[in-house]
Amino acid sequence: MTLSSQFLPYPKLNDLIQTLQKAGYEVQGPTVQNETIVYDVVTSADDLPWGYQDTQAPAHYAIQKTDVQKAFGFTVPVQSVKPHLFKAQETLFKVTRDSQGKLAFTQNTGEQNPVAILGIRPCDLRAIHIQDRVFMENQYADERYQTRREKLFTIAVNCTDCHSNCFCLSVGGAPKAQSGFDLAMTEISDGFVIESGSNKGKVIVDQLGLSQATEEQINLAQAGIAHACEKQTKTIPDPERVARTLKSASNHPQWNDVARRCLSCGSCTNMCPTCFCHTQLEQASLDGSESEHVREWSSCFGLDHSYTHAGAYRAESKYRYRQWLTHKFSAWQDQFDVGGCVGCGRCITWCPVKIDVTEEINAICDHPDKQAASGEPA
Amino acid sequence: MTQIRDTYLPYEAEVVEMIHDSDEIFTLRLRLTDPIARVQYRFQPGQFNMVYLYGVGDVAISIVNDRDFKAGQFEHTIHRIGHVTTGLQQLKAGDRIGIRGPYGTHWPLAQAKGKDVVVMTGGLGNAPLVAAVESMLNNREYYGKLTVVQGLRDTAGLIYQDKYIRWLKAGIDVRMAATAGEPFGPWQWYQGFVTAAIPEMDLDPANTVVMSVGPEIMMLNVAKSFIEQGVPAQQIYVSLERNMKCAVGHCGHCQLGPEFVCKDGPVYAYDKVAHVLSVKGI
Repeated sequence: MTLSSQFLPYPKLNDLIQTLQKAGYEVQGPTVQNETIVYDVVTSADDLPWGYQDTQAPAHYAIQKTDVQKAFGFTVPVQSVKPHLFKAQETLFKVTRDSQGKLAFTQNTGEQNPVAILGIRPCDLRAIHIQDRVFMENQYADERYQTRREKLFTIAVNCTDCHSNCFCLSVGGAPKAQSGFDLAMTEISDGFVIESGSNKGKVIVDQLGLSQATEEQINLAQAGIAHACEKQTKTIPDPERVARTLKSASNHPQWNDVARRCLSCGSCTNMCPTCFCHTQLEQASLDGSESEHVREWSSCFGLDHSYTHAGAYRAESKYRYRQWLTHKFSAWQDQFDVGGCVGCGRCITWCPVKIDVTEEINAICDHPDKQAASGEPA
Repeated sequence: MTQIRDTYLPYEAEVVEMIHDSDEIFTLRLRLTDPIARVQYRFQPGQFNMVYLYGVGDVAISIVNDRDFKAGQFEHTIHRIGHVTTGLQQLKAGDRIGIRGPYGTHWPLAQAKGKDVVVMTGGLGNAPLVAAVESMLNNREYYGKLTVVQGLRDTAGLIYQDKYIRWLKAGIDVRMAATAGEPFGPWQWYQGFVTAAIPEMDLDPANTVVMSVGPEIMMLNVAKSFIEQGVPAQQIYVSLERNMKCAVGHCGHCQLGPEFVCKDGPVYAYDKVAHVLSVKGI
């Protein structure tokens, strides 16, 4: 929050949504569906989860309606922004075959109307920038991702609360969005302290006729963020130390230990806002006249992920868990010059057998020199 | 970096000729049907294409190129293994497929200039090095002694016999190694693995570049054997194979520690990957 921060009272939240709509955006935000909080289209502030809070713990997620009338009283939605930019399934190209057997390839450009997402948590905002490095700021760009990304209008909502699996502070993040947003808001008792982080954000906020935020309002917002910081209890060691330790921990007995619990279900990778692994499938029409080449999320926990004609390189689940964790917390840094984890805690919340990635990392970092017994090589 | 054309969109290619090298191995000679793309298509020896079969899917296959190629053509030699390659084996001249590429790193043909080169391959590992050998033959004066060793399970499985005879006649020291079968042809045979040929080589280790493709265990043994002979690890090159869906570093399947084998490889100096290849299940 800066001196230029303004105050958006609750009644003006609708104005923000309408201004974005007039600017051509479809506005999406958190909504309550099937006893969860998920992003969907919102047409007015009434669609937001007013009064709802969530509790998250290992293998536990629940929401409760409370008397606290906040629009963003929950922590992180079930899914991040990932499915909007990197679709769970998307056609890459279509092919038709004519009577002579000639093939015609047509690209799917991923064109769609611009979207504004209201209520992006700071961890999920960081995750967008991390995936940008995979799909855009790379030797090769994915046009579909890039098209959606360039049109995306981001409205971060800073955290004034944490769930019990949050650990963003341990991985270099914070409950407050630092940069890379169009607008950022912090909810206080009767509205939001709001700031713009881009020209396109400023253009929108300038149309709302807001007044400067008072010092008291800014202090309230900062106190809310401080509360989120204080409430966070999960920690892992410094990311650089974790990355270094994992590089020489390929034979650590913890991999055997976690493999006895891990189901290799891939729930963690599906919920992770940065996991980008996917497969490609071919979907041919029944009459054989056309076919679609489709990209679909997949997981390094799948046996087929490392499959070649020589067999699967990571045939055992301990290798697959080691791949996931070591990639996320070590190799990612080498590949993209940024860590792969934002500390949102979803992989802990949604693990059906309560595996807590911070506990696994701490077990390894507390005893980095342990070696698996020769009878059970890791 | 933004490319003009979507990197995922294949070009249509026409099968110019289908060559059945053996029951399980075949070579597709191809040309892109788009005349501009055909002229613009360039690859470096060691790179690969994603070869797409209509209605089935695509696979990563290294690009083979022969000496007397007609302009605008290239080859893939393919082992029938899965759905895509089984379908590709049914193709005949005139059939259409999709090609996107080339992708990946290539053999260090520039760095190898002025040096002796040993090409050591096993099974169909000879295919990814054909274009490199042809390039060195075309620029023969820049290279020292050229040695090619091909390893096989059974002598009867030797493909590219015409090429090997031509290479032998052009002055390349061509040798074969097999674990079974009757020796034949004009080249020296070794009983066992390709590494059996190393002790008899008159190596100038500091001045030797090794290029090797085959099963991973073979490449590791080749690398270790040449290191024992004094060849620096950074002068030993291998081409790795991993599951690949995208070929552009997006899908994550080919990861080997920090490496995306599709774009950081497949050709690596051994010293770059030795530490990760030694870890089981990485």
